[in-house]
Amino acid sequence: MSNLNAPNSPFVPFSPNPSIQSGVPTATPPLSASKPAQLGSSNLRYASSRKSIYDRHLNRTQRSELSKASFAFLFGEMIQYAQKQVSGIQDLEKKLNIQGYAIGQRLLELLLYREGRSAKRETRVLGILQFIAQTLYRHLFGKPADGLEKSREHEDEYMLIDHDPVVNSHISVPKEMSQLNCAAFVAGIIEAVLDGSLFPCRVTAHSVFSEQFPSKTVFLIKFEESVLEREAVLQ
Amino acid sequence: MVILSILILNKAGGLIYQRDFNEGLNKLSSNDYLVLAGTFHGVHAITSRISPVPGSGGLEVLESDQFRVQCFQTLTGTKFLIFAEPHQPNIDVICRRVYELYADYVMKNPFYQIEMPIRCEQFDRQLVAYIKPKQ
Repeated sequence: MSNLNAPNSPFVPFSPNPSIQSGVPTATPPLSASKPAQLGSSNLRYASSRKSIYDRHLNRTQRSELSKASFAFLFGEMIQYAQKQVSGIQDLEKKLNIQGYAIGQRLLELLLYREGRSAKRETRVLGILQFIAQTLYRHLFGKPADGLEKSREHEDEYMLIDHDPVVNSHISVPKEMSQLNCAAFVAGIIEAVLDGSLFPCRVTAHSVFSEQFPSKTVFLIKFEESVLEREAVLQ
Repeated sequence: MVILSILILNKAGGLIYQRDFNEGLNKLSSNDYLVLAGTFHGVHAITSRISPVPGSGGLEVLESDQFRVQCFQTLTGTKFLIFAEPHQPNIDVICRRVYELYADYVMKNPFYQIEMPIRCEQFDRQLVAYIKPKQ
């Protein structure tokens, strides 16, 4: 710092004190000038405006997009973290499901809020499934789901089809864990949205191999009996 | 354009990936592939030491009448060896693209253990999809 304050130095330290700006050395220690700058600096939690994300408007990030690479790394770490705590594949899928569930609960609120005046409470099975295949899917992945089918064998089962789940795009499951599908995370999100809309159910993710779409995934949605009873009354 | 084979070496010189894309190279036993990779790693280290150019990165191209080997070393020391026809143009572009696929489908795969042999379906699929249509 001493040569900065030398009279013939070309570097002029910035300071609100005009005597320093003009290059005249004073008794003021130069470090004191950097203190207010530190206060206003941004970090992960607080932006430079001293506002947390809770102070922002909820629609601010409505159209913004995330880096797929950074998501891939984060999701990879989530899987490795979950893997350390479990013994079997089913346990791992359950863990991922729980992680997604917490997101789905919050997402339902946010999406309904963002729908504004056109938001309505879905009471029919088809309505809420459309909401998931269109609104929720578009919000999460920027595209609608590739298909929605009703099971022929079971009255209470529906299938949501995704030809190439975004969460699985960088993941190759090893042969010895071939039953695992990491889209269980997305299944958790869907389950939470359905539960939150009072359609209690179980959602599981299954890989269905096809030549054309090697990572095709089917989300099997199994509603509880109460949902079907209500559906029958409404019809 | 003909790409004959692609090998990937980890930073210790161990072979972690090998795949043939065309006929034209003799098939080696898996043990011989490991020896080939280890030998190349050693030769590469020696060439970078004895090179008259200061700060040389070591052996990059090896040409013969029948084929050409291009070596691409990443900053972390992983090596990509591409066996191609003798007058293959734009081979450095192919190296970079293969590196990109490696970064996307191997390094981002949570089930891949670093420095270990690559067994990732997605990587295989994407690599074939990139190399095959060009032939």
